[in-house]
Amino acid sequence: MASAASPIRTEALRKVYGSRNETVVAVDGLDLEIRSGEFFGLLGPNGAGKSTTIGMLTTTVSPTGGRAFIAGMDVRAHPAAVKRRIGVVSQSNTLDRSLTVWENLYYHGRFFGVSRKRSRTRADELLEQFQLSERASAMVFHLSGGLAQRLMIARALVHEPEVLFLDEPTSGIDPQTRINLWGILTDLHRAGQTTLLTTHYMEEADTLCERIAILDDGKVLALGSPQELKQTLGADTVIGLTIDGDPSALVAEAEAIDGVRAVERDGQIVRVFATRSEGVLSKLVVAATGMGLHVADASSHPPSLETVFLSLTGREYRE
Amino acid sequence: MKAQAETFLALLARDVRVLRRQLGQFLIRTIMQPLLFVFVFAYVFPKIGQGFQGGSGGVSFTTVLVPGLIAVAINFQGIQAVALPLVQEFSFSKEIEDRVLAPIPVWMVGLEKIAAGAVQSLLAAGVVFPIVFLVHAPGAAPSVHIHDVPLFIPALLFACLLAAALGLFIGTVIDPRKITLLFAVVVIPLTFLGCIYYPWARLTPIPWLKYFVLINPLVYMSEGLRASLTPELPHMPVWAFMLALVGGSIGLTFVSLRTFTRRVVT
Repeated sequence: MASAASPIRTEALRKVYGSRNETVVAVDGLDLEIRSGEFFGLLGPNGAGKSTTIGMLTTTVSPTGGRAFIAGMDVRAHPAAVKRRIGVVSQSNTLDRSLTVWENLYYHGRFFGVSRKRSRTRADELLEQFQLSERASAMVFHLSGGLAQRLMIARALVHEPEVLFLDEPTSGIDPQTRINLWGILTDLHRAGQTTLLTTHYMEEADTLCERIAILDDGKVLALGSPQELKQTLGADTVIGLTIDGDPSALVAEAEAIDGVRAVERDGQIVRVFATRSEGVLSKLVVAATGMGLHVADASSHPPSLETVFLSLTGREYRE
Repeated sequence: MKAQAETFLALLARDVRVLRRQLGQFLIRTIMQPLLFVFVFAYVFPKIGQGFQGGSGGVSFTTVLVPGLIAVAINFQGIQAVALPLVQEFSFSKEIEDRVLAPIPVWMVGLEKIAAGAVQSLLAAGVVFPIVFLVHAPGAAPSVHIHDVPLFIPALLFACLLAAALGLFIGTVIDPRKITLLFAVVVIPLTFLGCIYYPWARLTPIPWLKYFVLINPLVYMSEGLRASLTPELPHMPVWAFMLALVGGSIGLTFVSLRTFTRRVVT
């Protein structure tokens, strides 16, 4: 029964924090359905509602409205059964400081009903797989941030969860360690692990996720594969011009240029979505110069998730 | 149901593993205070002729102290073993976030903490007993033996349970930033007003104090042990302390599991 159900499904899921006088809507009517084996990303700036969503799906935040199901089970009605089927890597280091690296894995397995023998084997296997074997008997207190992160992921996998949750797994981690973690996560995906990742790094979502929901103010703004999301712009190139002075005259002029699909203004920046790059940039610079505007900076690049976010919200993305 | 029991036992096994690793620390924090106490009051005082007598009937002060100091050890360990780690987990180490993801209802995670705390309180009682029994000046030996086993065992076990439940309650309601006040505001008043150094019945000359201390759970722990270890000393009626120990354990467990759940599930 459980295998037929979607690993994660939400219906109008909603969370409001606060008391009567002061309330904050953290998640506002979330509808998601994640497929088995899928690597799914929740992408959005800080405060978009990503962690609250993970909290509700993993039973530590109780929803104000709507419903959420893990493998067909309602998270509110059956929290213990839901917890048995999930593995969670939270944002902060939640390793057991009183135990060794190996014991962190072993006891986690025992908590989840894995036999003593199997827990031992899993602990050894995972330490090997995550290249932590040398540190097996070290106290976790002494681990660096990157190693601790790897151990947290290993720990979440001891009981072979149906769904793996990763809440901002690479925030505050150096770039090299981040690339290593991406490798580990890509391998897990290949092995068929259903995963829900939250991140505020556009590049991370683009690299790892099959599908992404872009979240802002607790609402899904767009949902699709990174490729689909970028295609919604209808442009192959995004040109940005930074103008010294008032660029409003240029906006009108730019719309008339052949190959331009849309123009947006963001302060002193004029952002032009074009179906082709040849000639458009130079025409824009010529037009600006003709109006007596000074172009302080010009750039041209293929659309990224960042530009998708920009065009959806009309504001700069803050990582 | 079986799966949940397994998880509960695995959580306990983890706590026992940690206790074994930190046994030295456990012994030092358990032994130090009662050892120094009996050293000064049961050895030094009689030797230098400074008087503390147990009062009427020629009962020595050491006899008064034995059940009292065991009760303090139980109570102190319950707070130390449950409340302090919990305060840490709520503030800088976020370990609690992972522990509540164990596949049992959240209240059972709290119940396991009470169980582990009660075990440590029981161990503390076992460690402290020989010390307070044996350390004394010649001629100042306490008159102690287990007079009433069927009374002693439940009194001891419920004292441990009550101490651990108190620990969970304190750990879930105290603001981590104010943890330094724990000793000044909770531990020390409980101890000095816990009928440790005097039997409750002896407070009759100070009626307001006699009734005021009844809000202190440590009073019932001391009196329960006094009734079963040193019955020649005056003590509270059995029904009174048993009612408080059993009722208090159940009530405080219930309340602390609620405060715990509220604290971890937002």
